[in-house]
Amino acid sequence: MKKIIVVGGGMAGSIVANGLARKLNKELNNGLVNITVISATDKHLYQPGLLYLAFGRVRENELIRDQKTILDKRIEFHVDPAINIDTQAKKVTTKSGKVFEGNYLVIATGSRLVPETVPGLAEGAHQFYSVDGAKKLRDTLKTFEGGKIVINVNAPHKCPVAPIEITCMLHDFLTEKGVMEKSEITYTYPVGRVHAMEPVANWAVPEFEKLGIKSETLFNTKEVNVDKKTITSEEGVTLNYDLLITIPPHKGQQVVEDSVPDAKGGWCPTDKKKLYLEGTTDVFICGDTTNIPISKAGSTAHFEADTIVDNISSLIQEGTMARDYDGKVFCFIETGKEEGSYVWFNYTTPPAPGLPTKAVHRFKLAYNKMYWLSAKGLL
Amino acid sequence: MSERKLIDARGAACPGPMMELIAMLKLLEVGDEVELLSTDPGTAADVPTWCDKVGHKLVSKTKADDHWILVVGKAK
Repeated sequence: MKKIIVVGGGMAGSIVANGLARKLNKELNNGLVNITVISATDKHLYQPGLLYLAFGRVRENELIRDQKTILDKRIEFHVDPAINIDTQAKKVTTKSGKVFEGNYLVIATGSRLVPETVPGLAEGAHQFYSVDGAKKLRDTLKTFEGGKIVINVNAPHKCPVAPIEITCMLHDFLTEKGVMEKSEITYTYPVGRVHAMEPVANWAVPEFEKLGIKSETLFNTKEVNVDKKTITSEEGVTLNYDLLITIPPHKGQQVVEDSVPDAKGGWCPTDKKKLYLEGTTDVFICGDTTNIPISKAGSTAHFEADTIVDNISSLIQEGTMARDYDGKVFCFIETGKEEGSYVWFNYTTPPAPGLPTKAVHRFKLAYNKMYWLSAKGLL
Repeated sequence: MSERKLIDARGAACPGPMMELIAMLKLLEVGDEVELLSTDPGTAADVPTWCDKVGHKLVSKTKADDHWILVVGKAK
């Protein structure tokens, strides 16, 4: 029997496990294959929905489902956090003391927020990258009567277009609330333009100007002074704020940093096309966990997962890899005013976002509902 | 002992070479170096200016056939 161990039950891990169950249907039914998912939680969160939760547009219970309802019933599912991943032996040890050993290992443990790595950031700033953070921001925005707002972006972070989205949506929200005239939004970004993708930055600059949004580029956060309500950059700029919203820096999971060789920051050294852990041929890395220099986004995880599904099933059925990952990333961009755009690119095709339309915004809202089909490996 | 990390960001559209450099420098110790490969001309111009501004050390900047090789030392 071939055993496949998937560590992580987020979008990447779920799509890999469900996709393999589908492709290896016969083998799974005949007991020739076992698929095991190990997760730190029994819940599955639709993370892109947190942006809408912050503005009260969706409820928490719309974004969360029981993980066991997502996974194919034939998949063995354990809620038991991994505490050691031995990539040589393809062996995972969990908190309860169980040891799982496989022929193939997929590490899809995702990323985590580390605002505590910047002095004062965790205490002084709101964030919308967790359920609690998004709800706290929502409650603060309800009673916000205007003032100086700083939207602060840190590197590295997942969902690269979220900073632009929250800025445009916040402007809409404050305008509808009637307090935009008493407010000032300043957007900070680590590199020398307002977005990493040049075409997105080129679109955003005139849009920000039109909305009266200020920007401060080459701003890498050094510290937040909670008492004085100031945020200061490594580059020497200090901004005052009444409301600070941060996109906090991220790291990979501690278990990866502690147990996978050379996984600096919890990001696994990954072959950008084969998606192997460097130096192996049967340990695959999926989603945020890779160190590949592309966007940490749900779509990246999805397209990588599809590749890994094809390759592991092909290895089991035919003894050969099926195909390479081409670096594809696709992101919707909520641009405010009930409009949206999208951008896609891969290793050889640069991004070229289209003009925002109401149709794309509506499709994004529809996708928010359809996501569960993606996680189940159906879409 | 100091180490040198390689970031091959040739052709990387997002988050791009400069963002990768900034993220990596956060993980390193003072004295460590990052070797950044980039095909983006903007990065080749921005990295030296940024190093100067924040106090990191630009060890070298070399033009290869179709890309730049920028070596940055973490200095603080």
